[in-house]
Amino acid sequence: MGMKKIVGIPSALMYYIYYPFWLAFFNEIGVEVVTSSRTTKTILDKGIREALADACVPIKLFFGHVMELKNKCDCLFIPRVVCLNGKTIYCPKFLGLPDMIRHSLDGIPPILDVRIDARQGRLSKIKAYLEIGSYFGANRKAVLKAYCKAWITLRRHKRLLRKGLNPLEAMELIKNPNRKKSILPAKSNLKFAVLGYPYSIYDNFINANLLDKLKKLGVSVLTTENINPLILALQKNCGLPKRLFWTFSDAILKAAHYLFRHRRVDAVLHLTAFGCGPDSLLNKFIEMEAKQHKDIPFMTLMIDEHTGEAGMATRLEAFVDMVRRRKEAYPCRN
Amino acid sequence: MSKLTFPRMGESWRTFKMIMEDLGNEVVVPPPISKRTLDLGVRYSPEFACFPLKILMGTYLETVEMGADTIVTSGGVGPCRAGGYAMLHQKILKDLGHDIKMIVFEPPRLQLMNFIKNVRALNKNHTSIKCIIAHIKRAWRKLQALDNAEKLSHIVRPREITRGTTSKVYRKVLGWIDQAYTTEQIIEAETAALKALRGVPQDLDREVLKVGIVGEIYVLLEPASNLEMEETLGNLGVEVERSMFLTGWTRDNTWTETTEMMSVKEAAAPYLPELVGGHGRDSIGNTILCAKRGFDGMIQVAPFTCIPEIVARTILPRVSRDYDIPVLTFFLDEQTGKAGMSTRLEAFTDLMRRKKRLQQGRFTLTG
Repeated sequence: MGMKKIVGIPSALMYYIYYPFWLAFFNEIGVEVVTSSRTTKTILDKGIREALADACVPIKLFFGHVMELKNKCDCLFIPRVVCLNGKTIYCPKFLGLPDMIRHSLDGIPPILDVRIDARQGRLSKIKAYLEIGSYFGANRKAVLKAYCKAWITLRRHKRLLRKGLNPLEAMELIKNPNRKKSILPAKSNLKFAVLGYPYSIYDNFINANLLDKLKKLGVSVLTTENINPLILALQKNCGLPKRLFWTFSDAILKAAHYLFRHRRVDAVLHLTAFGCGPDSLLNKFIEMEAKQHKDIPFMTLMIDEHTGEAGMATRLEAFVDMVRRRKEAYPCRN
Repeated sequence: MSKLTFPRMGESWRTFKMIMEDLGNEVVVPPPISKRTLDLGVRYSPEFACFPLKILMGTYLETVEMGADTIVTSGGVGPCRAGGYAMLHQKILKDLGHDIKMIVFEPPRLQLMNFIKNVRALNKNHTSIKCIIAHIKRAWRKLQALDNAEKLSHIVRPREITRGTTSKVYRKVLGWIDQAYTTEQIIEAETAALKALRGVPQDLDREVLKVGIVGEIYVLLEPASNLEMEETLGNLGVEVERSMFLTGWTRDNTWTETTEMMSVKEAAAPYLPELVGGHGRDSIGNTILCAKRGFDGMIQVAPFTCIPEIVARTILPRVSRDYDIPVLTFFLDEQTGKAGMSTRLEAFTDLMRRKKRLQQGRFTLTG
């Protein structure tokens, strides 16, 4: 093998769930990985300049992260993730992501856009990674070994998420296992569910530090990723004739259904991005579920590229105060 | 007896009414889309739902007022969100206190049982399968007749001598096709309709631009949702060729794909090899095919926040550059105004005409 190749992974969209997998995989087959930094104002501005105005802010951020990375790597890893569980797919913008990047940005390195569609047979995921491996000249055996190792890492990552960590903390913990005690979540008297796509709720820049703000207000947070997938699967179709066909939306609707019905939280927040297609349905369905459970307050927070710290803080403070007062007024509940 | 209704999409309601009545249902014809339809739709739909959902919401509420209690509509399996609209509509209607029965047709290619079950539910007269097939065939022929008349009106309108004649004749011939019942009558009405449209006094030497229209199916097929864009363009002396008609779309989505569809897919492959739902890939494929056929420009119409068309729109500037064809995009919603659209269309037409004349060497730019 010649010089070590550097692959760039933008830290946006799928990053929050699958980065540990990709990192382990690429490291194992001897490819260096570089990521873009956490979202900054510069990244957002670059994204806004390059992406279509009508796109949602997570997509704009993805464009920004690609711009940030483009001169730092030999190729960009933007897989076309169609389906990973054999049943549900992803938003159309995910399906067309590599094409949108390739045909609207200039001067970007080659894009590694392998198609991952688990509906095409049991081995289709492994085949996709074999394809990636062959691009870097790794042999089959090494790729299979890397795949297994990556899979174990991902399982560990997901287990940490289920324990209540957020993806960034979990990634940190996988990197330095000794820091365990310092980042485990503290107890508090209010518990909120924050529902939303991982790339919105864990990107502290774009959601104006939502999770930290809640923590400072003495609220512990539960997200979809913290709930056991088995519990979600048990919610079936949430009373609808068919399930939502987008993976993330499906999981969130199930989480909402579960949390409302079992009264696991004091309030539910839904974080959505301006113009998000799947959320136009999802938000209405959650809202209707919330209507049936009047004892659990529900609020929708919308973010876009103009979201300001102050506005977000005011809304959260008011909402937390309201929930807290309510809880104090009805001490018998729970 | 249950009263049945369905979404309104262009002139297709004439066919749906016929087939539903043949099967023994009482039909509530959805009223034309008006300001009130939009107001109702916007009030009860999620803010970021796309324009078609809002229009349908309004239509359903209006038809419910008129006594409808069953809605026949299409489903879908994603990734376009229209696939989930039937269940969202039903939930919203229920929330408003209307317990409506929904008969949702999923693609029969994937869910044959659903198709059979729905047809049985609609078959109030308990006619035989043979009869049902005959009804469907006749309805299909009527749909084709309506599409053919519309296609011809697009060709005649830019060449008409007195503005407005084509639209007047077109509205008249729609009535003829509407009244035809048997296959022979439909064919006869169609022939007469096409003859009447061809008979509109035309100026055949007029310089006419040719523009292709691509985009999302509902806003393409329902003139009220695209503010009669095709008529406006026709009046500006532009012949439009719409990439999608209900007959073509139904064929591609119910049984097997047609060769035209295959070539669209093939054309789009270098730019967008993946089905992104809705008509995103078709918009790109058709733009390329039209460019190769020497069209003067393309117009993409899509509802605001439409996901597949946003993907297509992101890629279209590159296609436009590679194939040297101007592309104009309209994202439509309830806020779109007709005057704004006309201005943009006029400017676009001027630019295309200038480009065409330059290419023909008819005049040079000076000053």
